[in-house]
Amino acid sequence: MRLFRNAKFDVLGSRRRAYILSGFAIVIGIFSITVHKGLRFGVDFTGGTLFEVEFSQPTSVGALRDAMSATGLENAQIQQFGASNDYLIRVPLFEQESGESVVESVRSALTQAYGADGEAWTSRTDAVGPRVGRELQRGAFLAILISFALTLVYLAFRFEWRFGVAAIIATAHDILITFGFISLFNVEITLTTVAAILTIVGYSLNDTIVVFDRIRENIRKYRKDAYVDLLNRSVNETLPRTVLTSGTTVMTLLALFVLGGQVVRPFALVLILGVVIGTFSSIFVASPVLLEIENRSGHATETAKKSR
Amino acid sequence: MQSARNRVLIILALVLLSAWSLLPKSIPDPADPTRETQVSAINFGLDLAGGMHLAVEIDDPDGTLTDATRADAINRTLTTIRNRIDEFGVREPTIQKVGTDRIIVELAGIDDPERATQIVERTAFLEFKLVREDDGFRDALPRIDRGIVAVVGVAALAPAPVEDTAPGLEDLLGGAPSDSAADEAAGDTIQSDGPIGQAEPERRPLTGLLLESGLPGMFLVAEQDVPTVEGFLALDTVVALIPRATELRWGARPTSVGSASYRELYVLNADALLTGDRLEDAGPAARDPNFNTPYVPFQTTRQGARIFERGTSRNVGRYMAIVLDGKVQSAPTINETLSRRAQITMGSGATFQEAQDLALVLRAGALPMPIKIVERRTVSPSLGQDAIDAGKLAGIIGIIGVVLVMVWYYRLAGVMAVIALSAYLLFVLGALAGLQATLTLPGIAGLILSIGMAVDANVLIFERIREETDAGKTPRTAVENGFAEALSAIVDANLTTLITAGILYQFGTGPVRGFAVTLSIGIMASFFTALFVTRTLFLIYLERRSPADPLSI
Repeated sequence: MRLFRNAKFDVLGSRRRAYILSGFAIVIGIFSITVHKGLRFGVDFTGGTLFEVEFSQPTSVGALRDAMSATGLENAQIQQFGASNDYLIRVPLFEQESGESVVESVRSALTQAYGADGEAWTSRTDAVGPRVGRELQRGAFLAILISFALTLVYLAFRFEWRFGVAAIIATAHDILITFGFISLFNVEITLTTVAAILTIVGYSLNDTIVVFDRIRENIRKYRKDAYVDLLNRSVNETLPRTVLTSGTTVMTLLALFVLGGQVVRPFALVLILGVVIGTFSSIFVASPVLLEIENRSGHATETAKKSR
Repeated sequence: MQSARNRVLIILALVLLSAWSLLPKSIPDPADPTRETQVSAINFGLDLAGGMHLAVEIDDPDGTLTDATRADAINRTLTTIRNRIDEFGVREPTIQKVGTDRIIVELAGIDDPERATQIVERTAFLEFKLVREDDGFRDALPRIDRGIVAVVGVAALAPAPVEDTAPGLEDLLGGAPSDSAADEAAGDTIQSDGPIGQAEPERRPLTGLLLESGLPGMFLVAEQDVPTVEGFLALDTVVALIPRATELRWGARPTSVGSASYRELYVLNADALLTGDRLEDAGPAARDPNFNTPYVPFQTTRQGARIFERGTSRNVGRYMAIVLDGKVQSAPTINETLSRRAQITMGSGATFQEAQDLALVLRAGALPMPIKIVERRTVSPSLGQDAIDAGKLAGIIGIIGVVLVMVWYYRLAGVMAVIALSAYLLFVLGALAGLQATLTLPGIAGLILSIGMAVDANVLIFERIREETDAGKTPRTAVENGFAEALSAIVDANLTTLITAGILYQFGTGPVRGFAVTLSIGIMASFFTALFVTRTLFLIYLERRSPADPLSI
C-alpha cells in the first residue's frame, strides 16, 4: 500500500491560496478572541479556586448554589460538565476576606449539604494565590519564548539562518491559529494547555525539519534545478511520511480525546488542532516562506537566482 | 549474522531489564512498619494517585523580614514540616524548598487533605499563661468604650454595630459545647444578668457586647458579635488603653449555652509561664474518663521543669490558660505545683483526632514563624483511578489503531515496526520505573502522543527504503541507504522536540513536569528502537528471505 507515490503537486504554485486560508484562520481567531474579550485564563494564571466535584447522587446547579450560600461566596460560578453528576465550582478568590481558605469553605459547605468527602462526593481542586498565578503566567510566557529562541539557534546551527527563520514563522503561524481555535472552542488556558502548546511547537518543528532536511539534501543533489522545483520536489517526496505520521498521531490523540476522560479532553483537543495545523504549515507554509525569504534575500544562492 | 546475534542479545537484555524494573516493589507499610506492602513500580503523580500539593511561604504581610531572617526561617520551617509529615506517616512525601522563599509539600494518596493541611500549616506555638483575676481590664472598659466612640462615631454605632463580615462557617455549623471550667456558671449568669451595660448601647459599644461568664478574667461574646469585637480590639486607640502586661485571647472553639453559641474572651497575663520550646515530648493523646474530654500529656525539658515549678507553685488555685497559636484551648485550675510532666486538656468540643494531631505537631516542634499557603491542589484518589483507567483504555485503542495502519501500509516491515513499538513501550515504562520518574495525567497523554510519534522514525526509514528500491537498488543496499539517509532527519527532529521537553521540565511543576519527563524518555527510546531494534529485525529478515523475493515493505 502506498499513498502519494511519485506525487507531483505544485505546492509552491498554490501558495497564495494557502496564505489566504491561513490568513482567514488567523482573522477568525483574532475575531473570536476579540469577541470573547481575550483568552479565557484558568485559575493557574489568574489566581482563584476551582473545584471539580463528582457527586455519587444526582444534584442540580440550584441545589449546589443553595449549599454554597453558607460560604458567603456569592460570586461563585457553578456549572455542570460532562457526566450528569459532575460540576465545576469556580471562585475568583484564593482566600476570603477573613483569611479563610476558599477551598476549606467550599469543602465544609459540600460536606454539610451532601455528606462526607470521599463518599457522597469526590473532588479535584486547584487553588492558586494571586502571586503564584502571576509567576506561573510569566513562566509560561518565558517558556514559549525560550523554546522559540533555542530552536532558532539550533536550526541556524544545523541548517542556515533562512531555514531557522522560516521554521519559526511556520511555528508562530501554528501557535497563532491554535490560540484562535482555543478561543473559538472556549478552551480554558491552564498549565496543561501551555504544555500542549509547547508540544505543538515541538511537533510542528519536527514536521518542518523533515521537509527542510530533504530540501537541504536536494539542494546538493540537484544543483541545476530551480529553487521552486527543488522545494516542490522535497515537499512531495516527504508527503507520504508527513501524512502517515500525522495520521497515526491524530489517531492516538483521537482515542485520548474520546476515551481519555474530562480532564484530558481539552488537552487532547488542543493537541489534535495543533497537529493538523502543524501538518498543514509544514507543507503549505514553511517551504513557501523559505521561498519568499530566498526571493527577497540579497545573498540569493545560485539556484535561487534561477527561480526568479 | 554474528552482528545480528549480538544485537538480539543486547535487545533481549534491555527487554529483561525493563521487565524487571517493572515488577512490583515491596516497601514498608506506612501504617504498620513491621509489614511490607506491594506497590506498583511506576510512581503515579498526585493527579493520578490522588493527594495534595501545597506551596507555603513565610507569612510576612508587611515585608519587614530581612533576607537572612527569612532564609533561616524557611530552612527551619522545612525541617519542622518534614518532622511533622514523618510523624503523620505518608508514603514518599515530597517536601522541598523552591527558590528562596517557598516550600512545596506533596503528599500522594491521602484522602483527608484538610487534616494534612492543618498539620503542615499550624504554627503550634504553645504558651501557658495565667488568667488575670484583677479588675484592671474591667476598670479600663469605660475608657475603652469612650475611645471607640471617639474613633468610630456614635452615628456609625447606632443602633447596633452590624458588620458585613459573616461569621465563619465553622461557627455557623456550631461545635459541640465546650467545657471550659466556666460553662455552667456562665449559662446561669447570662440568663440572670444579661449584658453588662444595657442602657445606651451606642455609648457602650464594647461593654454592650461582653457578657459576664461568672468567672473573673473571662467574658463571653455572642458568635455573631465576634467580628465586631475583633474589629474594636484591633483599633489603635483600644490597644493603647488595654492595661499593661495584659492581653486578650479568644477561646479556640465556640461554647453553646442553650441554642445560642458564644465565644470565650480571656484576659491573660501577657508574660507566659512556659512556652512550647521547653517541651521535650508530647503524647500519646488520651481521653479523660470522667469528662470524656481528650488531653495530650507532655514532658518538659529539665530547665522547663524548673521554670514551670517556679511559675505554678506561687499560683496554685488560679486559672492557667493553655494558649495554642493565640487561641485558648482551655483554662484549667492549677491544683498543684506542676513540674516535668503535665497535660494539655482540650475541652469537650475537641475531637480525639484533634488531640492526636496536637500531640504530633508538639512533638515535631513549632514553626519559627507563621506561614501562609499560597497554592493548594488536591485530587481525590478515586478520581485519579478513573483517570488511570481512561488513559489505559485510550492507550490500548490508540495502539491497536497504529498497529493496524502500520501492518496494512508496510506489511512485513509494518510488523517489524510493531515489534519495535512494543519494545519501545516496554523501554519507556521500564525507564520510568527505573529512574523513579513520576507518571502524571499529562504524562499518560504524552506517552500516548509519543506512540504516534515513535512510529515517525520508522516511517521516515521505510519511506527512504521504498525510494531506494524505486531507484533500482538491491534490497540490501536499499535498507543500508534507507537507514543512513533517514538519520539526519530523525536526529534533527528528535533533538528539537527534546529541547522543548527540556524547557517544559524547567518551567513546569508537577503534572507538566511529568509530561516533560515522559516525552523526553519517549523521544530517546523511540530513537533507539527505530535505529537499533528495527535495524536488527531488518538484518534478520535480509538473512532469512530468499534473494529473489522483493522486500515486503
